[in-house]
Amino acid sequence: MAATAAASLAVGADNPTRAEPNAKMDGQNRTRVTLSVNGKNHDLDLDNRTTLLDALREHLHLTGTKKGCDHGQCGACTVIVDGRRINACLTLAIMHEEEAVTTIEGLGQPGNLHPMQAAFVRHDGFQCGYCTPGQICSSLAVLEEIKANIPSHATGDLAAAASLTPEEIRERMSGNICRCGAYSNIVDAILDAAGTRA
Amino acid sequence: MQFDKPATTNPIDQMKVVGRPIHRIDGELKTTGRAMYAYEWHDPQMPYVYGYPVGAAIAKGHVTAIDTSAAQTSPGVLGIVTTLDVGDLTKGKLNTAKLFGGSEVQHYHQAIAVVVAETFEQARAAASLLKIDYVAEPGVFDLKQAMINAVKPDEASEPDTAIGDFDNAFKNAAVTVDETYTTPDQSHSMMEPHASIAAWDGEDLTVWTSSQMIDWWRTDLAITLGIDKQKVHLMSPFIGGGFGGKLFLRADAVLAAFAAKSVGRPVKVALPRPMIPNNTTHRPATIQRIRIGAGQDGKISAIGHESWSGDLPGGGPETAVMQTRLLYAGSNRMTAMRLATLDLPEGNAMRAPGEAPGLMALEIAIDEMAEKLGMDPIEFRILNDTQVDPENPERPFSYRDLSGCLKLGAERFGWAERGRPATRQQDGWLIGMGVAAAFRNNLVMPSGARVRLGPDGIVTVETDMTDIGTGSYTIIAQTAAEMMGVGIDKVAVQLGDSRFPVSAGSGGQFGANSATSGVYAACVKLREAVAAKLGFNSVDVIFEEGGVRSGNRFVSLAEAAGPDGVVGEDTMEWGDLTNTHQQSTFGGHFVEVAVDIATGETRIRRMLAVCAAGRILNPITARSQVIGAMTMGAGGALSEELAVDTRLGFFVNHDLASYEVPVHADIPHQEVIFMDELDPYSSPMKAKGIGELGLCGVSAAIANAIYNATGVRLRHYPMTLDKLIGYLPEVA
Repeated sequence: MAATAAASLAVGADNPTRAEPNAKMDGQNRTRVTLSVNGKNHDLDLDNRTTLLDALREHLHLTGTKKGCDHGQCGACTVIVDGRRINACLTLAIMHEEEAVTTIEGLGQPGNLHPMQAAFVRHDGFQCGYCTPGQICSSLAVLEEIKANIPSHATGDLAAAASLTPEEIRERMSGNICRCGAYSNIVDAILDAAGTRA
Repeated sequence: MQFDKPATTNPIDQMKVVGRPIHRIDGELKTTGRAMYAYEWHDPQMPYVYGYPVGAAIAKGHVTAIDTSAAQTSPGVLGIVTTLDVGDLTKGKLNTAKLFGGSEVQHYHQAIAVVVAETFEQARAAASLLKIDYVAEPGVFDLKQAMINAVKPDEASEPDTAIGDFDNAFKNAAVTVDETYTTPDQSHSMMEPHASIAAWDGEDLTVWTSSQMIDWWRTDLAITLGIDKQKVHLMSPFIGGGFGGKLFLRADAVLAAFAAKSVGRPVKVALPRPMIPNNTTHRPATIQRIRIGAGQDGKISAIGHESWSGDLPGGGPETAVMQTRLLYAGSNRMTAMRLATLDLPEGNAMRAPGEAPGLMALEIAIDEMAEKLGMDPIEFRILNDTQVDPENPERPFSYRDLSGCLKLGAERFGWAERGRPATRQQDGWLIGMGVAAAFRNNLVMPSGARVRLGPDGIVTVETDMTDIGTGSYTIIAQTAAEMMGVGIDKVAVQLGDSRFPVSAGSGGQFGANSATSGVYAACVKLREAVAAKLGFNSVDVIFEEGGVRSGNRFVSLAEAAGPDGVVGEDTMEWGDLTNTHQQSTFGGHFVEVAVDIATGETRIRRMLAVCAAGRILNPITARSQVIGAMTMGAGGALSEELAVDTRLGFFVNHDLASYEVPVHADIPHQEVIFMDELDPYSSPMKAKGIGELGLCGVSAAIANAIYNATGVRLRHYPMTLDKLIGYLPEVA
């Protein structure tokens, strides 16, 4: 087997477009950025390649936001940026200057849970807990999306108001994988919390 | 403590705390993001750096050279450790494939280097600059082709069993089924990638990792590194799912240890998601032939189950025939397992190994048999139920109410509404119901714990048991609270640390029953020590309301503890009750599906599980185990398959986008019913395992529902629409 071809296949599977110059330019490619996380500003000098996820986890030590796949496939890194949920692994930190980032740590703390966090505990909407921060952040954004009448694949009538049904929640939450399989309980928790908030 | 006689009345039977629906005591940490998993340990005094692993790009052969020059000069790089640098290592006792070291490549994405840099971005970039030369060798990757060369595996796995005269009985049976079923390779796909932080202090190594089995990892890490086990300190207090994928030492821990030694600083290594399916273990694919013969009365006279699977040299078979030895009556029986050598990544345990794929096949065959007999499949199962080990009628089940599960489930699910195949249609959907029996043996493992009573009256449990989402923290707290007569708020639980007594660990659905039994044993020691300290007669002493009562005397636990506290430590050991009595767990899975008449897409509409597993220690966490397992069974039925590239020898769909586990939209509201049951033969807890039972039979129930909906019998998982679409009724 051709040696170099094989070598590029080994890493290419993960990073197909990686090029040497990218690494060599390191040092010149740093940017100062102010991240506003949970209402607090953080001045960071970051390698431009740093994802929002790694900025939160490795630089700010806010490890509640989880890295499940680093490829936008699992939803464990879901955070809320300027009111919209995003996968923090699919965006670079330096793209979020002056934007308001909310992570799981910004919602509630032990002894002072956000109603959605309390609903997850009450309905046992998790097991191993690794997807849980992403599920909770996502679910809060889902309720806002429904309130804002943003339709989903499960919305039958686009002319009618989006409604808070189990089908809508399941559809909108499908970007957040839970391998422990707590889905049935998560939907119960979200419906419960939505009722509490209404 | 030795458990060698059936349990009699003990403090657990009070059920003041045990058996109550108590929310997880770690729930607030997990829902607020404060539970710290392996990669997340942060100590400002411990300036760690980042290791990025590199996997082999061939399935079999040798690494001949690794040119690290470009990577060495890449910004931020501190060191590179290659498989050639470290040379051959002694493999862990429980690993089939080697994890690292030496030139030999046994499977695709085997770890062959780790690049260490100041930052994650630098390490990842530099890792792509390694130039690796290989000499590839041809390998065997296709189970279907390899099965003709499959051999009888090690006798320890009991590859062949025979009772009566199967061949003759099958030949003479009035009604027979003889079909072949296949299950694909499956991936655990737990949400938390395998990750470790390793820090050396001289010759002492501390590793934060993600492990289901602390002592197994500690032992095998020491062997692999060639150091004394006592020098290794392992911690794994939170685990982001395992499902068997974190039972055995993995490469991240080995790479982190070598990397940290090499650069003289703590190093953290996580396996990138696309590396996980090929670098780690998977549930092996099976080919299963099942033959069942019965009289016109529906009684099984002959039952035979053969299974073929593959693994790397030194590996074992997927024990898919095991449940067939115990699930149904019938005096003429045979099972056989054959093992092919495959050069795919290591096959090993995934949730309910053996039974999960075995029941995927057997419970379709049973449905087919009932159909041929013109019997209801529940009636057929009940007719062939047994209270004794069918291979040895002298040996009873400790407790078995399979029929009760099926009857109750039928009633609750509305089974009477089920029609003939392909007779229910609704708005372009074909509707059907399916059922399958659930069966999984109840295993027990030695399990130790230490329980401290502090001067503040707080009871602290220390054990190296792990909580992989199963609820160990909570049920252990409940057990200690019940035993010591305190509320659960007076109990602290510390898990997953190799400084604590060795426990059962999490696997084989033995964790809950075994680990709480270990805590029970330690609490018995603590109660004796407290009674002795107070000069009470330990026989008549009662622990309740936060204190100890003996006759008219009552002393609070805080007072009893005194300034130094009191400690009890013990290990639960198991006698031969598992030999004298077959201990198993039972259930019935009920599913309703809708199949799109035009596209063949299957949607699950309803799911119910009825489970019999002894005492349910906590109905909330037990129910979660079951619904989670039902969800995994839905994936196994409809979407999960590691696709094998049989030319190059690797799993092609090695990430969470292309290996399709169920998502929210795939899973309806799920119902679970627990039978009210105690099994005094299992342990002082009178509990049995539940975490794997919930998966056993689910996929077959879905397959049987698809048959009932469409009249199309599928025998090859996953049951994707392409397998159905050619056989569906014409759309009017």
